[in-house]
Order: sequence, then structure tokens, then C-alpha cells
Amino acid sequence: MVKSFLFALCLPLLAAAAGAQAQGLAPDALMKSISDDVIGIIKQDKDIKAGDREKINALVDAKVLPHFNFARMTALAVGRNWPKANAAQQKQLVEEFRNLLVRTYSGALSTYKNEVIQFKPLRAAPADTDVTVRTQVRRPGSEPVSIDYSMEKTPAGWKVYDVVVGGVSLVTNYRDSFNAEVRDGGIDGLIKSLANKNRSLETQAGGSSK
Amino acid sequence: MITLRSLSVLLLLGALGGLGGCATTGGNPEDPLEGYNRAMFSFNEGVDKAIIKPVASGYKAVVPAFARTGVTNFFANLGDVWIGVNNVLQGKFDDGVSDFGRFAMNSSLGILGLIDIASDTGMDKHNEDFGQTLGRWGVGSGAYVVLPILGPSDVRDGFSLFAVDRHGDPLAYVGNVPTRNELYGVRIVNTRAGLLDASRLMEDAALDRYSYVRGAYLQRRRSLVYDGNPPREPDAERTSKSAPGAMPGAPTRGAASAGEDSRIPRDQTALSDTSGKDNAGLQGVKQ
Repeated sequence: MVKSFLFALCLPLLAAAAGAQAQGLAPDALMKSISDDVIGIIKQDKDIKAGDREKINALVDAKVLPHFNFARMTALAVGRNWPKANAAQQKQLVEEFRNLLVRTYSGALSTYKNEVIQFKPLRAAPADTDVTVRTQVRRPGSEPVSIDYSMEKTPAGWKVYDVVVGGVSLVTNYRDSFNAEVRDGGIDGLIKSLANKNRSLETQAGGSSK
Repeated sequence: MITLRSLSVLLLLGALGGLGGCATTGGNPEDPLEGYNRAMFSFNEGVDKAIIKPVASGYKAVVPAFARTGVTNFFANLGDVWIGVNNVLQGKFDDGVSDFGRFAMNSSLGILGLIDIASDTGMDKHNEDFGQTLGRWGVGSGAYVVLPILGPSDVRDGFSLFAVDRHGDPLAYVGNVPTRNELYGVRIVNTRAGLLDASRLMEDAALDRYSYVRGAYLQRRRSLVYDGNPPREPDAERTSKSAPGAMPGAPTRGAASAGEDSRIPRDQTALSDTSGKDNAGLQGVKQ
């Protein structure tokens, strides 16, 4: 259960085969092609399995990130304080939050161990522009973990704006702490905390690789 | 277990005593005991760091993966009976029958539960306990509470754990006390070993570990009560990106942290309104 859960956390990042054909795909078909693609690569790549950060980052950049709407994710995480940030602050928030999510969850890619991802039938009308793609991650001997992707239709194709793992939203779970940061130090305080967090993660990674 | 319980009470009292000092309540309406909870959370982190995590790391290093899987399966199998009972109590008879079937199959063909054969035959493992049963019956979760050693919980789930689930735990019926304690110990260490990667990830991801764990616990439990399909809570931010007003008819109080924002119009008045509410909550705790 726990292993699958952990793996599940990185699936958002597993998700994504860019490519021109992606734009015309239905949301569930898109997510399926992305995860098939990424899992195919991980299975064959010993370096990624061993936790090679550079290779993982390259994979995530190419295949996964294009299908995420980080601006919307950040707005959701910041919640009611989002409109209080000016354009420049919003841009910084998106940048820092994106870095934090990518940095923390892409590392989990290396924990992949033959989990199987099942896609549940999509319950949506063809005209819908906001859908939830439901999946289950299965692993022999443990309870299946659900991963739901909230997706919206944009001119550039379907984009993920929230990932809910086992009922926990990876995005809105930040709201309490973001609200507290804004209350204590304003929008700039939140930006600073996120930047500090990212910097300390960077140092950590640098330190451990030596 | 007795000692653990009296220890818990002692710690609880100690932490409550220190509550007046730390009134930096963050204002989550589901967490009126934040001062105590934060103290207990850091106590638990200390115990984990000093004892449980090192032992679990050693266990993981020494015991091969297949053996750890066997241990996990063994305890998971023992749990299936009580999971089945709770499914029946919630009126989910098919699931309950499947849980009992899992126990029968894994205990025999699966060699005392060491191998989870039942999952391969399509009988999925479920996640149930008495707290979820109460939730299904309509009992609210109550305030969020961090239990000593055991970690995140709430009034409903904590009560269920001590008053009911404990009696549904087969280990409680092991007559030989040293053996029973050993089994408890192995279960704790094995569980923690399985969580090593996840806890590292959480430390990396969280800006504030306390509120991250709290949010995850509350959302997870709510999802479990509804078996993964909780009624969707309107969220102003999520559904209407541009509309400035709150969703009409949104509930005043949600279980998930997301629920908090649903009724708040995104303007200045709304903000002062929330902070007023937070203060009221805080005063309630102090008295």
C-alpha cells in the first residue's frame, strides 16, 4: 500500500507524452499514452531506476510538464489570497511552486516497481471542458491506490490542474500552510518561504550527490 | 498496551498544560487544539527520529525485501477479519464476504497469510476500521487530534481506535504477553520501514510538515469513509476561475481543507470575516 502510494505521488509527473498528436486526444486517452510512454522509458533505463536526477529531470521536462497547468495549480493552492498578489508576484509564486512540486515528486519516479495503472471509464460528456480522469494503481499484495487527475480543456489540449492521490489533493493540501505564510508575511513572505524551501532542497541534493 | 496508554495520558496532560503558552493557532476550524497538537506532533517526530526510524532503517537494511513483504502480508491478513466485520457493519455485505474469503484463502493457501494469493484472484484488499464505520453512520470526525506515538487522528477515530478497534485486533488475544509485545513491536517497525520513502518525500514536499500531515489526514479519512467517492465540495477557486463571488449554496463547513475556501468571497470583507471567526475559535479554546 505504502509503496504504491509513494509511486502514486510521482504519477502526476509520470503523466505526459507531449507530441503533436496529444492535442487531439481525449483526456483519459492522453493520460494513458503519457503513462505508458513514461513507464516504458523507466522500465528500460537503469540510471533512472537508480535515481539519476539529471535523467529524471530531462524525462519529466520533456514528457510530463507540458501537460500541467502550473498557473492554475498555484492559484488553487494559494486559494483566497491569489487575487491579492499582483502579476509579478503571481508569476514568482507559480515559478517557485512549480519548482517545489517538480523537485519533490519527480524523485519518486525511481521507486517504480511494476505497478499497473488501470484507467476507469471516463464519465464525461463530449462537450465537457472540465473532467476527472480516474485511475487505480495496483501492485500485488497491496490495497489499490486511486489517483484522480482534474483536467481542463485549453486551446493547447487538455491540462492537468490537480492530482488527488488516495483522496488527498496534492495542490489544496498546501492551502493551510500558504494561508499561514500570507497571514504572517504577506504574499512576499510566501514567495520567500517557497524560495527558501527550494534552495534548501537544492543544497541537500547537491550535498548528497557528492 | 497498558503502559502505552498511561504514557499517552501523561503526555496528553503535559502537552495540554503547555497549551496556554503557544496560542499560534493557524485558524483551521477543524483544529481547535492546534497548540497541543503541534506540541505532540513535534514530540512524536522526536521519538520517531530517536528510536522508531533508526530501528526501521536497520530492519530494512537487514531483512530482505521478500521477507518484509511476508511480514506485511502476515499482519495485513490478520487485519482482514476486522475489516470484513466493519464492511458488514456498513452494510457492504459483498465486500465483507470478500474480506472473510481473503482471510480464509490467504491463511490456508497463502501459508498463514505470508502470501497474498487472494489479491491475484481479484479479491481486493480493503481499508476499513471502526472510525470509518461511524463516519458512514453519519458521525462527524470532530476535532483533529494528534495522538502520542500513534500520530494523526481525530476525536471520532481516536475514540474508535481505543474503544473498539483495539478489540478487533487479533494480536490483542495473544495470551503470552512477551510474545504479544514482540508481535506489536515487529508490526510497528515493519510498518515504519514501509513508510521510510514516503516520509522522506513528505519532508521534502511540505512547507510546514504539521499542516501538510493534518491536511492529508483529514482529506484521506474523508475519502476513506466514502470509499474513495466523497461528495464533491464546491470550491470557488476550482470551479470558477474568474467569478469573484463565492459559490451560492456552498456548505459552511467542509471536511477537507479545500472546503474552507468554498464559501468565502474573494474580497476584503470576506477576509476580515474569516479572521474574526478564527479569533472566536481561539478564544473558545482558551476558555
